[in-house]
Amino acid sequence: MRTTVLRVCLVATALSACEREERRFNPPPAAIPATAQRVTQLQPGPPVKEVLVPSPATVRSPYEENAYGVAQGKTLYNQFNCAGCHSQGGGGMGPPLMDAEWLYGSEPQNVFETIVQGRPNGMPAFGNKIVSDQVWQIVSYVRSMSGLLRKDVAPGRSDDMYVRSQEQATHKAKPVVAGQP
Amino acid sequence: MTETSVSSRVDPAADERLHQELERTWHERTGFWGWLTSVDHKSIGKRYIVTAFAFFILGGLNAALMRAQLARPENTLVGPDLYNQLFSVHGTTMMFLFAVPMMTAMGIYFVPLMVGARNIAYPRLNAYGYYVYLIGGILLYAGLFTNTGPEAGWFNYVPLAGPEFSPGKRSDVYAQTVTFTEIAAIIGAVEIIVTIFKHRAPGMSLGRMPLFVWAQLVTAFMILFAMPWVATASLMLAMDRLIATHFFNPAEGGDTLLWQHLFWFFGHPEVYIIFVPALGMVSQIVSAATRREIFGYPVMVLALVMTGFLGFGLWVHHMFATGVPQLGQSFFTAASMMIAIPSGVQIFCWIATIWAARPRFTVPFLFVLGFVVLFIIGGFTGVMIASVSYDQQVHDTYFIVAHLHYVLLGGAVTPLFGAFYFWFPKITGRMLSEALGRCHFALFFLGVNLTFFPMHQLGLEGMTRRVYTYLAETGWGDLNLLATIGAATIALSVALFLVNVARSLAAGEVSGDNPWDGETLDWGTSSPPPSYNFLHIPVVQGRSALWSRTPDKPVVTGLRTDMHEVLVTTLMDARPDSRHLHPRSTVMPLLAALATGVTFITLIFTPWGLPVGGALMTAAFVAWAWPDRESYEEQRLQESS
Amino acid sequence: MTFAIAAFQAQGAHSVHDPVSRQALRIHQLGEAMYVTAAVVFVLVVAALLWSALRRHRMPADQQRSNRSISTAVLLATAATTVVLFVFLILDLSVGRAITTNPGKGAIQIRVTGHQWWWEVQYRDSLPQNWATTANEIHVPVGRPVVLELRSADVIHSLWPPNLNGKRDLIPGDENSLWFQADSPGVYRAQCAEFCGHQHAKMSLLIVAEAPESFSAWLSRQRDTALTPTDSVARRGQEVFLGSTCVMCHAIAGTPAGSRIGPDLTHLASRRTIAAGTLPNTRGNLAGWIINPQAIKPGVRMPPNRLGSDDLQALLTYLETLE
Repeated sequence: MRTTVLRVCLVATALSACEREERRFNPPPAAIPATAQRVTQLQPGPPVKEVLVPSPATVRSPYEENAYGVAQGKTLYNQFNCAGCHSQGGGGMGPPLMDAEWLYGSEPQNVFETIVQGRPNGMPAFGNKIVSDQVWQIVSYVRSMSGLLRKDVAPGRSDDMYVRSQEQATHKAKPVVAGQP
Repeated sequence: MTETSVSSRVDPAADERLHQELERTWHERTGFWGWLTSVDHKSIGKRYIVTAFAFFILGGLNAALMRAQLARPENTLVGPDLYNQLFSVHGTTMMFLFAVPMMTAMGIYFVPLMVGARNIAYPRLNAYGYYVYLIGGILLYAGLFTNTGPEAGWFNYVPLAGPEFSPGKRSDVYAQTVTFTEIAAIIGAVEIIVTIFKHRAPGMSLGRMPLFVWAQLVTAFMILFAMPWVATASLMLAMDRLIATHFFNPAEGGDTLLWQHLFWFFGHPEVYIIFVPALGMVSQIVSAATRREIFGYPVMVLALVMTGFLGFGLWVHHMFATGVPQLGQSFFTAASMMIAIPSGVQIFCWIATIWAARPRFTVPFLFVLGFVVLFIIGGFTGVMIASVSYDQQVHDTYFIVAHLHYVLLGGAVTPLFGAFYFWFPKITGRMLSEALGRCHFALFFLGVNLTFFPMHQLGLEGMTRRVYTYLAETGWGDLNLLATIGAATIALSVALFLVNVARSLAAGEVSGDNPWDGETLDWGTSSPPPSYNFLHIPVVQGRSALWSRTPDKPVVTGLRTDMHEVLVTTLMDARPDSRHLHPRSTVMPLLAALATGVTFITLIFTPWGLPVGGALMTAAFVAWAWPDRESYEEQRLQESS
Repeated sequence: MTFAIAAFQAQGAHSVHDPVSRQALRIHQLGEAMYVTAAVVFVLVVAALLWSALRRHRMPADQQRSNRSISTAVLLATAATTVVLFVFLILDLSVGRAITTNPGKGAIQIRVTGHQWWWEVQYRDSLPQNWATTANEIHVPVGRPVVLELRSADVIHSLWPPNLNGKRDLIPGDENSLWFQADSPGVYRAQCAEFCGHQHAKMSLLIVAEAPESFSAWLSRQRDTALTPTDSVARRGQEVFLGSTCVMCHAIAGTPAGSRIGPDLTHLASRRTIAAGTLPNTRGNLAGWIINPQAIKPGVRMPPNRLGSDDLQALLTYLETLE
């Protein structure tokens, strides 16, 4: 009995390690673009005639348990200037991302659509500007900001000024649908 | 009051009775449980040697994959992620799991024998150190096999290895592997120092110690002063990654270069920790092959000590490209060049020894010859890169890879193989095959040159280190292919060695006590030594303990044979001073090591590892130190006598 | 990887044996001196060792212990070693002074920032509108000192132009500088020489040393913004650029695209290579790179891009106008 438990623990550790540490460099291609759908007139860059919104290849977020993907999401979050409206999760022009209140839902699919389609009241549509694989990375990072990801997957502190506690030590804030849009 | 005295052995029947008594007292339980609970330095030394060699093979397999990938430009055998793990694990294995533990292991096995002691100091700590080392090694390879192997090099520079650029647990596995191996190394060092200082046979003053023992002493001190710094660095890294400290975060007042200073202040002495014991081995082999003392003993000792001291003043030469101030750089150039002098002196003294005697060209002696050739090449490239200006060009290129492998493979592993051939008879009682040994030597020597000499040219032609591939137009393909063929040659030679060992263990020629006519005390007992090492503790009368023995062969008498009583002698002249009781076999070191393992491995994932693991470790150490009735009774009996 | 690399010499020379600056020349000479000395000493010592081991005569041990000439030989050898090392030290100090002496005010200053896994290059000026930003390629005039101001945006990198000088690290939170003076024209390849992650192996920088007039012409072109394309296909290509993912990371001066995350593409067509010296800058290579950079440099931040073939061709035509 004890050896079985031990074996199961070892295998579980090994398997979780395998997914956490996986570095996927060549993600599967995005699905054929679905109907053009956007919820706002805002988008990064100049206005374009056509909006291609890649629909997710899979509903399941591919990076929920992948530390590398979440770390990439954190880098993209800063590089694509999400911090410009959301700061490091504390919010500003945009709502905070590190608290328990989610206007449009906290599930990965919800966050994906928020980023890709935009939302009324100011969230631009990034649909055709960020490939869906990178959107999923940002989705997982955004969820880690309120402690929704496993501790060993969420990122540690960045090499910048320390303005928010590291995501891997953030207590899980049970999501509720609430807040002012 | 000690009642030991010096007398001569004359009575074989008394000897047989003594042998029975000592065997009853010192012999350990057989079977797996006996093996697990052993506190005998020979048993632990043997498993240490075998484990370290196993890691040598594993590290070599990593290298084999790397060389296979680099044999052709734009090869697709191994992708960048796996390659990064391979070279990081290769370096970590060779430096932390093979080289230092192997040298420590040779010391653990041979120092007590060479100084005439029955066991190493702190026998239980010895066992604990081995188990901690084993756990560290298992951690590293468990990491590699679950895709969690370190990926930022054996040197693990921040910020690449820091929390932002190394997601996941790979860098944490590295930090804790270092913790385990550093604990084990410090433990080995402490035991060796205390054994050498306090457990020498009467008459073996400091000036009469074998050069191998001096080398181990210098190495042990280097370990004590160097290892804590890498432990500090890895602790800081683990803290940065786990609890968001800012040791290495320039934005919050930390410094990126702090890691490099801490690491290399350890890292440079580390290579001398690996190299100096090999110098001791060479001295013993040369002395046996020429049947005389090494020329210039005081100068040889001074050279070892100087190397140990100077080794601490060189570390910035690993950082010449980082923009540290120029005046400081020049100091390190001077020091880095100066350290060639003691090594040179040793080589000259060996040549002087060999010159006046006709050496027997045994396989160990062949390896010594190979060592001199390879080490001079490595030493000279070392002097070249000691120069700041030249190093600016070749730093972090394959020129350095060539240099480091010449000094490590040539300067440490070659003597180590010679030492294996030399001391295999003592450990197992059987000789290794001379014919296979010559083949092994020839292939190894050829392989090392074939693999690493082209790398000098590759570095000068622009090939940088730690690259998983290179473009075809660079023209580096041919030399890389040559290096890969050389690597295969090295692998073949090591395979030959393993065949030699296997055959000799099964049916090798029985060696007898002293097949090489060696001078040190380890050759003065049976092969393999009995559990109690020496029937009578010898009294040493000269520098070459066996060759300077007078016919009456004085020995120590008066030690108890019904308990693990050992003799403690004074530091300088080894006059008998007091008696000391050593512990018997116990499972506590293993339990304490497991508690240590739980603590540090949990710390990879959560800070809770510290209080929980700490409680476990405290419990284990308290249980370890808790006296049981038997040892309490023994102590009382001994003190009253 | 199925793209065909045309058989051609490595873009840019990259050997320590080929110095084209006085800095690299001094280092090269130092290296040669040390190498020759090392070879001589190696032969001497190995000969002494083998002769000692193979000679038939055997001297009794106590005679050896007191033999004066053996002690003298060891002493002399040690003294010779010390002298040789001292000479090396002096040579090193002298070369060190030569290569680190401040080049003075006439030097051209170029700011190089290391990223994972490309080089950001900026020629600054007292007037900000005269700043020129490019990537992965530096042009320098022959015969004038050049100072590279080295910074890093993420991890430690190291810039190493073997033909021109030794290397210097780019350390985040720190500023280093490396200077050289190219004495003959040519294309020289610099590599990243500090392990910096997955694509450390493919992070090169070309240094083009040219006559001062060509250099000035090049620099003034780099300072210009991109012209609006007149060709309709190119114009469509610009729309594709601005309408898809490219604009999130790449800047083209003169268009609304201003992101500094990835290399500046304003003068992409003037560069000899793409992907930090990995591929020659040809239409085919560029197409392969845009469609799937992960096949060429797995791990880079640039994602694969799905573009219809018309859009791709238009985009390529547009990029080819960015001289």
